[in-house]
Amino acid sequence: MFAASDLRKGLKIQIDGQPYVITNFEFSKPGKGQSLYRCKMRNMITGNQFTQTYRSNEKFEKPALEERKMEYLYNQDDEYHFMDTESYEQTFITKEQLGDNVYFLQDNMNLDVLFFDDRPIGVTLPIFVNLVVTVAEPWAKGDTSGSDTKPVKVETGYGLQVPPFVVEGDKIQIDTRTGAYVTRVKE
Amino acid sequence: MLDQKRLHLRAAFFQAIRIFFQNQGFLEVDTPIRQPLVIPEQNIVHVPSGTHFLQSSPELYMKRLLASGCDKIFQICRCFRYGERGRLHLEEFVMLEWYRLDADYGDLMSDCEKLFQFIEEESVGFEFPVSPHGAWEHITVEQAFQKYCSVSATQALQEDRFDLLLVENIEPYLGQNSPTFLYDYPLQLASLARPKASHPEVAERFELYMAGIELANGFSELTDSVQQRDRFEDEYTQMGVWGKGQGRMPEFFLRDLDKIDTAAGIAMGLDRLFMLLSGQDTLNAAVTFSPDELDM
Repeated sequence: MFAASDLRKGLKIQIDGQPYVITNFEFSKPGKGQSLYRCKMRNMITGNQFTQTYRSNEKFEKPALEERKMEYLYNQDDEYHFMDTESYEQTFITKEQLGDNVYFLQDNMNLDVLFFDDRPIGVTLPIFVNLVVTVAEPWAKGDTSGSDTKPVKVETGYGLQVPPFVVEGDKIQIDTRTGAYVTRVKE
Repeated sequence: MLDQKRLHLRAAFFQAIRIFFQNQGFLEVDTPIRQPLVIPEQNIVHVPSGTHFLQSSPELYMKRLLASGCDKIFQICRCFRYGERGRLHLEEFVMLEWYRLDADYGDLMSDCEKLFQFIEEESVGFEFPVSPHGAWEHITVEQAFQKYCSVSATQALQEDRFDLLLVENIEPYLGQNSPTFLYDYPLQLASLARPKASHPEVAERFELYMAGIELANGFSELTDSVQQRDRFEDEYTQMGVWGKGQGRMPEFFLRDLDKIDTAAGIAMGLDRLFMLLSGQDTLNAAVTFSPDELDM
């Protein structure tokens, strides 16, 4: 159990049987008054957010969360299949639960899968992935009129802004935490 | 850690405050930080120090100095409150307290105005979020609850929503056009303050706000030792420790209290004030070393 005084940004707590992560935290205490703990929280399964102020006498359950090392295998429609690299057990996560992470999955990628009550609820990807640009406007060399970036699409269907010199067929590195372009990768 | 510029600014800040009080004829005093007995307060957890506690405020000993014949005293000291940690809270912080004999909370409000005006005029490099010159807002606790929450302060107290409404629905609006005095608190929220003669259901207590942030708490002192003893007993009872051999009375303090006729005193959080005047929005960026920067 956690006490209200344990609450802080990043702490994971269980409310009504659901795991939540505290995304914003503020301690306040009016002069001579009670301690108040204002938390903005995100449901780790649905992504829904809400804000609640707790008092010092409240208690919170610790959610049964566990990260397992797994390998991404394949997808069948909206089910994305993963294999535990130690036990070889397989499981799947839905496209909806993966959110934007589906754009960065590559066959045989090693990653951490987060389980709540033995149910997979999300993944932690490697920080950087390399993907091939499949759609891009050609680069007019010496073009000084335009902006600093242009839109492209990569092999997984993900769209992002890149520098103008990136062309179709280039492999680029993307930061999976922000979804932003990092650099062009030489083969 | 503060950079060179802010270290100098912080030093100038303390110096300006000392000069102001010396100019006003106040005596700077110092009192014990470690105290064997601390007065009961439900919402304060004291930090133990051996057989003693670290002070959460120097008020007991400041008042005993008043009883001994001092008429205007001030102190800048460290205070400690366990578990209070946030953007606007540090477990160890710098408090300014000043006390006046033969004065009431109105005199302290006037001191606050003069102090801020002095700091603004005499010192360079401070950014007041609102000007300390011109009229300051005065709003009673009851008016504030009616205005911002459409509920009476009494009802909020009965429903145990007073603190929550104050923090979330009232404080953000205080001190936004001028500094604000929020005053006349329900009696049960002012265990050391004097009841107002014309409205005995409220105490002559006020809080000072600037830019939505509470900076100071002052009041006309309760100087009747019999009433004060009752209030302490109530506080111990609510804390659930009375009659179990844990709630001791500060007898020296109660004895000395009877020697004071009228007096008023105030506590101001200097780290918060310096935070505002140095353009920061968290105490971590306003103190010389933040708790996160200490060796563990």
